[in-house]
Amino acid sequence: MSKDDKILKEFTSKEYEHGWSVDFDVDQAPKGLNEDIIKLISSKKEEPKWLLDWRLKAFEHFKKMSEPEWSNLNIPKIDYQDISYYSAPKKKKMLKSMDEVDPELIETFEKLGISLLEQKRLSGVAVDAVIDSVSIGTTFKDKLSELGIIFCSFSEAVKEYPELVKKHLGKVIPAKDNYFACLNSAVFSDGSFCYIPKGVRCPMELSTYFRINASNTGQFERTLIVADEGSYVSYLEGCTAPMRDENQLHAAVVEIHAEKDAEVKYSTVQNWYPGDKNGKGGIYNFVTKRGICNGSNSKISWTQVETGSAITWKYPSCILRGDNSVGEFYSVAVTNNYQQADTGTKMIHIGKNTKSKIISKGISAGHSHNSYRGHVNVLKRAKNSRNFSQCDSLLLGNKCGAHTFPYIDIENKSSMVEHEATTSKIGEDQIFYCLQRGIDEENAIALIVNGYAKEVLKQLPMEFSVEAQKLLSLTLEGSVG
Amino acid sequence: MLEIKNLHASIDDTKILKGLNLSVSAGEVHAIMGPNGSGKSTLASVIAGREDYDVTDGEINFGGSELSDLGPDERAREGIFLAFQYPVEIPGVSTTNFMKTAVNQVREANGEKPLDAVQFLKLMKEKMKLVNIKQELLSRSINEGFSGGEKKRNEIFQMAMLEPKLAILDETDSGLDIDALKIVSNGVNALKSNENATVVVTHYQRLLDYIVPDFVHVLMDGKIVKSGDKNLALELEEKGYDWIKVKN
Ligand SMILES: Nc1ncnc2c1ncn2[C@@H]1O[C@H](COP(=O)(O)OP(=O)(O)OP(=O)(O)O)[C@@H](O)[C@H]1O
Ligand SMILES: [Mg+2]
Repeated sequence: MSKDDKILKEFTSKEYEHGWSVDFDVDQAPKGLNEDIIKLISSKKEEPKWLLDWRLKAFEHFKKMSEPEWSNLNIPKIDYQDISYYSAPKKKKMLKSMDEVDPELIETFEKLGISLLEQKRLSGVAVDAVIDSVSIGTTFKDKLSELGIIFCSFSEAVKEYPELVKKHLGKVIPAKDNYFACLNSAVFSDGSFCYIPKGVRCPMELSTYFRINASNTGQFERTLIVADEGSYVSYLEGCTAPMRDENQLHAAVVEIHAEKDAEVKYSTVQNWYPGDKNGKGGIYNFVTKRGICNGSNSKISWTQVETGSAITWKYPSCILRGDNSVGEFYSVAVTNNYQQADTGTKMIHIGKNTKSKIISKGISAGHSHNSYRGHVNVLKRAKNSRNFSQCDSLLLGNKCGAHTFPYIDIENKSSMVEHEATTSKIGEDQIFYCLQRGIDEENAIALIVNGYAKEVLKQLPMEFSVEAQKLLSLTLEGSVG
Repeated sequence: MLEIKNLHASIDDTKILKGLNLSVSAGEVHAIMGPNGSGKSTLASVIAGREDYDVTDGEINFGGSELSDLGPDERAREGIFLAFQYPVEIPGVSTTNFMKTAVNQVREANGEKPLDAVQFLKLMKEKMKLVNIKQELLSRSINEGFSGGEKKRNEIFQMAMLEPKLAILDETDSGLDIDALKIVSNGVNALKSNENATVVVTHYQRLLDYIVPDFVHVLMDGKIVKSGDKNLALELEEKGYDWIKVKN
């Protein structure tokens, strides 16, 4: 074994740190997917009829669909009847303060290093904590409501702001869009809703932490963000999940609307349980994220750091409908052991002078496979549009794979698309250079990898960026020495 | 400080060092000269502990202990510094960040508290003056797009930051313009003390006008074939290496 291999082997064998699970008092639906289950979910959530009908219509369609086969992934057969589609903590009363939150839950957050109180005090982040599909404890609400900003759980929004939800739900990602989005539309449990009124700049980062906690419970989160004319919001979503044996399906949907002159920055650090060293267990993360730049001069920017999940299938996309609108996608995807990731973006240019930018940094280690899949589509009327894509792959070791699938369609002559792609291996020279300065192997890899991903990491809000850097190293480090 | 006895080293089964002896004491400056491909950089790498090289025989003692069991990072933390002949680029990592990681890891190993941002900046400012290097360069990705001279200057800046016991400068003079040569040499001289030692690898006597060696060694075909004082360098400059070959 060469020195390179040895280092890499050592580095790539660190066990998942958040490997534990807490028993909650769970109210869980029986396994299986049928109309009755959907009705159960809807009634549990005291939903209006229009929403139940919407779910049922999605389910009707879902039954006719089949799983996508076009991604570069090897997905074990999922038995959709062997999943429980709803679970919620039994205590359903509304909580006014942290004191009312289940102490075990607070402990959970503390183990993860995400104490709500800390978050509140240190960073001014309003946290809508989602545990097993039901929101518990929403903070900073008052402050936000003074500005007319709505930030609450999806269920709450359905009750309190039905018109807003009805107007936007499924408009960017129709229920029939794809297999997993369709499934989500039928059975989604909860998630977050956010509305920023005209001309309002949200003064804090809005943040949600997701976490799967009950065995065998698929997570079907639904997030809807609406930025009205001239508004701005930066939205963070991060997660980490406990170790378990059986695979868990996670099929979330995130929809964003940006009206004229509005800007939405959506950042994710994704750290679902990736499975063990041999590829056993781990989360299947099949997410549909899409935003529409509806009005002119609007902007949507996706930043993602993907380190977890056994299988990731995710393409945060932008529909650039308004003239002069801008779409951005910054991504770091790390895969290790037997993880598989197929991620990228779609930029659909419809309006004139629209611009999009794609920066994708893949990092593969172990036996993992990491694919970038992107589609840049400039429609005929999108005159003078521009796209710049940079897709880099970094390989650690020689058993992993990196793949790039860029699809480009330009339907007019005045637009320009630039695509650059590189593949490199982490250099033995680079590692020796670090070692020679007294930096140990673990830190050397962390330094090199974080340097490689810097262009993306710097897009993240400060605290998140620090967390993301730790995660990157954690995903790749091993117990050295 | 450094005691090398009968060192044999090879890479990919090619023997490069073939029974090399070298002894360096604290407070001394040694120059190593020798034709291209004679093994100078190899020697530097082997002392630094690069694992691509197999040490097949002999030993390296540093500060009284055998080095063979120590990895390159441990040797560095013991105080061995190598200014690379070809410094390596690390995209996205600034010299500042690189040095902060290194300095604090070395401090930690010595049981010292890590420097906070303010203390670190202060140290950096002080050392920047020594080699007249600009902040702007240190904020850029290390060595990426640096000119040849900037790379070498950056190496000496790092040496100043880490204050090693033994510094090995591998052709630090190549690529430096005349002014930079003076600045870098002054920097090296300023760092000299009775507790540390410097080994300079060079092809040119010119550097030795500034960094004056106590000993000059000639490395040929994997061995030190001749040692002398600074006059040996002058003699070599005049007569070339053939002169030694003939004498042997
Ligand atoms: N991987 C390798 N396989 C075989 N030979 C190698 C390898 N690496 C280096 N060498 C050889 O080892 C010898 C010594 O190289 P080294 O770099 O130590 O020379 P040097 O004295 O520093 O030369 P220069 O003055 O040109 O810097 C050279 O002949 C070189 O080609
Ligand atoms: Mg050399």
